[in-house]
Amino acid sequence: MPINITMPALSPTMEEGNLAKWHVKEGDTVSAGDVIAEIETDKATMEVEAVEEGTVGKIVVAEGTEAVKVNALIAILLEDGEDASAIEKSGDSAGSSEAPSKAEKSEAAPAAAADAGSKEVIPVGTEAASGPNPAPKGADGGRIFSSPLARRLAKQNGLDLAALSGSGPKGRIVKSDVDAALKSGTGKAAAADAPKAAAPAAAPAAAPAAAPAGMSKDQVLKLFEEGSYELEPHDGMRKTIAKRLTESKQTIPHFYVSVDCELDALLALRAQLNSAAPTDKDGKPAYKLSVNDMTIKALALSLRDVPDANVSWTADAMVKHKHADVGVAVSIPGGLITPIIRSAEMKPLSVISNEMKDMGARAKAKKLKPEEYQGGTTAVSNMGMMGVKDFSAVVNPPHATILAVGAGEKRPVVKDDALAIATVMTVTLSTDHRCVDGALGAELLKAFKGYIENPMSMLV
Amino acid sequence: MADTNYDVIIIGSGPGGYVTAIRASQLGLKTAIVEREHLGGICLNWGCIPTKALLRSAEILDHANHAKSFGLKLEGKMTADVKDVVARSRGVSARLNGGIGYLMKKNKIDVIWGEAKLKSPGEITVGKSSKPAVQPQHPVPKGVKGEGTYTAKHIIVATGARPRALPGIEPDGKLIWTYFEAMKPDFMPKSLVVMGSGAIGIEFASFYRSMGVDVTVVEVMTQVMPVEDPEISAIARKALEKRGLKILTEAKVSKVEKGSNSITAHVETKDGKVQKIEADRLISAVGVVGNIENLGLEDLGVKTDRGCVVIDGYGKTNVPGLYAIGDVAGPPMLAHKAEHEGVICIEKIAGVEGVHPMDKGKIPGCTYCNPQVASVGLTEAKAKEQGREVRVGRYSFNANGKAIALGEDNGMIKTIFDKKTGELLGAHMVGAEVTELIQGFVVAMNLETTEEELMHTIFPHPTLSEMMKESVLDAYGRVLNA
Repeated sequence: MPINITMPALSPTMEEGNLAKWHVKEGDTVSAGDVIAEIETDKATMEVEAVEEGTVGKIVVAEGTEAVKVNALIAILLEDGEDASAIEKSGDSAGSSEAPSKAEKSEAAPAAAADAGSKEVIPVGTEAASGPNPAPKGADGGRIFSSPLARRLAKQNGLDLAALSGSGPKGRIVKSDVDAALKSGTGKAAAADAPKAAAPAAAPAAAPAAAPAGMSKDQVLKLFEEGSYELEPHDGMRKTIAKRLTESKQTIPHFYVSVDCELDALLALRAQLNSAAPTDKDGKPAYKLSVNDMTIKALALSLRDVPDANVSWTADAMVKHKHADVGVAVSIPGGLITPIIRSAEMKPLSVISNEMKDMGARAKAKKLKPEEYQGGTTAVSNMGMMGVKDFSAVVNPPHATILAVGAGEKRPVVKDDALAIATVMTVTLSTDHRCVDGALGAELLKAFKGYIENPMSMLV
Repeated sequence: MADTNYDVIIIGSGPGGYVTAIRASQLGLKTAIVEREHLGGICLNWGCIPTKALLRSAEILDHANHAKSFGLKLEGKMTADVKDVVARSRGVSARLNGGIGYLMKKNKIDVIWGEAKLKSPGEITVGKSSKPAVQPQHPVPKGVKGEGTYTAKHIIVATGARPRALPGIEPDGKLIWTYFEAMKPDFMPKSLVVMGSGAIGIEFASFYRSMGVDVTVVEVMTQVMPVEDPEISAIARKALEKRGLKILTEAKVSKVEKGSNSITAHVETKDGKVQKIEADRLISAVGVVGNIENLGLEDLGVKTDRGCVVIDGYGKTNVPGLYAIGDVAGPPMLAHKAEHEGVICIEKIAGVEGVHPMDKGKIPGCTYCNPQVASVGLTEAKAKEQGREVRVGRYSFNANGKAIALGEDNGMIKTIFDKKTGELLGAHMVGAEVTELIQGFVVAMNLETTEEELMHTIFPHPTLSEMMKESVLDAYGRVLNA
């Protein structure tokens, strides 16, 4: 029997991936362990190995195909002595893959939103539609599985199915999902939101609740002259960022606490530690601490000291973490990714620093493993190197907090009733108010400020 | 020491219980099922299945009586032998009863023989049945476990239901029958009064009428088969009356006088008049009530409502670890509802992903009288009550080629769509074999098709099913063959 090779789940949360590259072609022989393909997931590129030996009989999903669902058939492996005719025999399941073909890829227009607002009923005795409610394509061209009735309802109500998640078998969008979305306002396409857009002042406030999916592509493009722009399809990372941050701002009640920290003592200690770093035979120091490394450590220690803030929200229970796993936002071309320093409260600064260096480099090469960027209990986003004074960040669940770090700059401060100069950095803590209340957030920042301003305490 | 601890114990082996047990076993749970009387429960011992066997005999007899119209000649007259008709029905039941024993063994499900009583959450005692078994009883399966105490993490009550008795007209097993006696008559009565025209009442009325019995059906509601669409019910009534059935609606049996071998039913009609109907027997078919007694439910504080255990969408009662499914967990009291409810319950227990509560609006119902009646979803009236604007399609059997060829040209298929969305809200049928047709619309509703997909579906020719499509087309003014 031919062996079906399906899209592997490279992480527990992976739902789909892009088939970036085939390393084999039809007719090639492979042994178990051979790398046969590269899969691009939301944030990383992973290699797929053959688990059995055989001959590649058929490549079902072409290289470059986006949004291939996990478990969709991607190729068929023939066992010893089998030829291509065995593929036909192995049944229709092989041919009718759920994966979108490459040809479909370019059809990006979400059909569901195309006729938003049309509410007419099929008149008696005429044929209003040429065929059954056509299955809509997602923004990436992948088919959105949905019931005909769900498609009809979405169309009549100007709803973008791509913004909905389905509760039917295998995530199929059914009527109750559309009903729920209509109730909550999720996925409302731009047609319905047009009046809001016309009133710019009101739009930003109204947008997150009413129009998380934003305007449909067609509705956006209508506002610009053809030829005045280029279209660049989203990659997996961009889609993940959009999805997760929309989800965060929609479901997490954020609030923000800011504090100024004086950095002079920390900068002095950093210089002292770096100059004392042992060197190898090429004269290269064993570590070179950055302010960011010390910020990570200070936040981790603060969470150790204020454990009630080191939590994750779930509907049933508070998840109280035993370690502070600190995600660090790393800007990379096309987006960002947050590698995680696990149990950072227990690690010496030198270890944190070197881990950051390693993961930062691999993040830029998109070579992080999912377990290196998934999870975490908090995060740090540092824009100080770009001269930003202060900003507030979006909590990235399952985190309950995120610390936005501004630039250290010389500012006038009042010391002993006299004006003085100090290097000051403003940090803003965003918290998920469901699990970290105001006072608790303030307590955490107080601890953080303590470590930053008395940095020797981080060493003991 | 015998192993008496299980993951799941199911009390009652009717269609709900035994299907749940099999699914539990498939999911890797160590499963036992308790039964006090007959594997397969009422459904295949004294309900759905043996009645279908009786009705098949009736159908063949009906056909024979119309042989002439098919160009066939029967020398002499075909007659029914009550004893043999009943014997065949019991044989069909016995075969399936044995089949359940096989299925339990195949799926490594322990059968515990006796009556279960909940002792504490997670613990039951099994003792002798407090209810005398209906005779004739199929033999007790081999290798069952006996009386004793058994424990399980999860206990599912699937004890089913029994005939409801009206005060003053209680069944006595002799002159006033329930389905038990009506299913195994030892003589063919000359005349019958059937009290109640739900599925059970009307099926027995239809059977006995085919057997040549003078049958009067008394129904308190305005129509026979009160849950059905009035239009469908009216067509069925007309056909039944044409077969010689007497039907009194908005009428009530107020009193039954018992003679030595006959009864006199006092039937009060809407206008307040009382007519006395003499008959050999009266069949009481006024619904069923849940078997919630003698289970120890009260001691555990299990919530019940109107004779049924109160559950959530996944069969959970208010007592942790205790579940209920099927008739005992409330209407509609149908075998297929029980099965599905059981599967949902056990899959939820086992942590299967994507389990949803049952949508009770999509449970089909079938009645096997002649002509048959089948339906799913909302009636036209109910849809309008819910404020829906509807499109209604109708198609009659008398324009369908296959129906005419079968000599079954009386009947109708009615479909109801939401005018705005094209959602199929309901389908209602009366006529030959409609109980086999309805499932097409049940699938359509579950997949949430609109009229468009149905119109683009190819129905095979020549079949009765073509009428389903024509009915859909009719709802949109596009009917072809009418």
